[in-house]
Amino acid sequence: MTKRSTFLATDHIDVVAGNGLMSRRHLITRGAAVTSALGAGSLMALRSSASAGSEVLTIPEWMKVPGRDFEPYGTPSRFEKLTRNPRTPLQFLDGMITPSGLHFVITHNGVPDIDPDQHRFLIHGLVKRPLVFTLEALERYPRSSRIVFLECAGNSRALYSEQPVKGDAQSIHGLLSCAEWTGVSLALLLDEAGIDPRAKWLLAEGADAAAMSRSIPLAKALDDAFIALYQNGEPLRPANGYPMRLMVPGYHGNMNVKWLRRIELTEGPMMTKDETSHYSMLLKDGRVAQFKFPIDGKSVITRPSPGLTMNGPGFYEISGLAWSGNGKVVKVEVSADGGHSWADAALSEPVLSKALTRFRLPWHWNGGPAVLQSRATDDTGYVQPTREQLIAKRGNNAFYFNNAISSWAVAASGQVSNVYV
Amino acid sequence: MSTYKWIIASAFAVVGGTCAAANVDGPHLGRVVTQADIAAWDISIAPDGTGLPAGAGTAKQGEPLYVARCAACHGIKGDGQVGQTAPPLAGGFGTLTGDKPLKTVGSYWPYATTLFDYVRRAMPAIQPESLTNDEVYALAAYVLYLNHLVGDSDVMNAKTLPKVKMPNRAKFFVVYPNKRL
Repeated sequence: MTKRSTFLATDHIDVVAGNGLMSRRHLITRGAAVTSALGAGSLMALRSSASAGSEVLTIPEWMKVPGRDFEPYGTPSRFEKLTRNPRTPLQFLDGMITPSGLHFVITHNGVPDIDPDQHRFLIHGLVKRPLVFTLEALERYPRSSRIVFLECAGNSRALYSEQPVKGDAQSIHGLLSCAEWTGVSLALLLDEAGIDPRAKWLLAEGADAAAMSRSIPLAKALDDAFIALYQNGEPLRPANGYPMRLMVPGYHGNMNVKWLRRIELTEGPMMTKDETSHYSMLLKDGRVAQFKFPIDGKSVITRPSPGLTMNGPGFYEISGLAWSGNGKVVKVEVSADGGHSWADAALSEPVLSKALTRFRLPWHWNGGPAVLQSRATDDTGYVQPTREQLIAKRGNNAFYFNNAISSWAVAASGQVSNVYV
Repeated sequence: MSTYKWIIASAFAVVGGTCAAANVDGPHLGRVVTQADIAAWDISIAPDGTGLPAGAGTAKQGEPLYVARCAACHGIKGDGQVGQTAPPLAGGFGTLTGDKPLKTVGSYWPYATTLFDYVRRAMPAIQPESLTNDEVYALAAYVLYLNHLVGDSDVMNAKTLPKVKMPNRAKFFVVYPNKRL
């Protein structure tokens, strides 16, 4: 390990887009950096003598006494005060996985207190044999795990408002999560029930006090839907569907019915309250777009973002999340000048279909005003639209499925705020 | 699917021949049930009215029920006035292309059957699963009456409710599977 030089140990770095965006190579390669390809845009080294001075290192108190015993079920450090409200605090998290205790929660009449021994799951309708399953029975089926994102279709709806709202990544974009879900293939269970060829849809219903129900195309169920029993390695949390929930990867959150108790195979959609009066888009001409299911390609910068104050000019890592309900994220571009110029961000592995993808890009902030944006492209070729493009198509009253590019302004003071460009 | 089948079939094969041939393609741990077993759960109503139960009600019968069971959250006229905690149910006609669209049962909902389905499964929010089918028909009739879509003596039942013309129905179009917006 003699050659441990990183870009920080070099004299110059190269700027690849306006307002100080640096090449992602600086993040993903070590020592490979910054050779002779330094153009006119080069910056001086970022080796800042951060708080040069006189902190004398002492032995901390917690090294002088034995530590306390561990807890039976671990909780965060008392110095960490992360909360969901009920949105996930994206700006304080990193990586691609949402901790279960911070997973956003939307309910339609509260979180039911389900006794798993009494819970039953029914498959009926257009099947040869209606079947009832206990949790104990489902636990015996072959399982598989998949890391997938969940996003409420109403996430980011603040971007439909005429004026930019005051808010942070949590309040504007926090109806978003990604977890490892483990469970049983729905196709396998439907196969055991015997699918009547007339069946083209199914109705999925929860055991909550709203008996929340949604119609889902049978084709999706047979493609990759599953019944999740585990979330990030442990049984589902009550607010996220304990003891079982439907997962329809890539489809908007509400369709991933929590507390799943019933699936009825049908010829057509049932037109439930939540798929007619809600989760439909009212367009500017008065037409209503119904049964939009997958979340389109989207991204958001989580750091810097409102509420996180910049600590003076110099080096920062811009980081955020990108996802698509239609497949894999193949590219995320970042702008620091409000969309005039863009640089490709590094994508953190693993990059998975229908999962959150973490992106990163180094940035030298010169201390002046900047507008940070990110733009995702997925493997269908779809490119995340600007807010202007989205609203030109839909108007301001569509409410759902806002996947427009989001803009954070960085002021000279270091404050970050939600803006439109 | 095919992988699962293969795994399970192999497992049974190794254990050795005690399973009937019909059972080797999966765990088969669900219990087969009859329609009578599941009647209480078989509550979904299709937009053509399939699934609507026996029973009937009118707006006149629904009004006192609405006042007693619904008005505290939806307002006495269900029209989305300030201070109501639940969504508006009535009015909003002609607002959907304006700056402040008021989406109600009358102005927005495409199917009257959804009213029965939703009220029976979920309303009133503080005491779901507490209304009789007659009461649900009467409340559906009253909400439709508040929207001037039925008369106060029109009987709502399994035959008539699906036939109520919802004014916004033609505005709905389906995005799935291929339309992009």
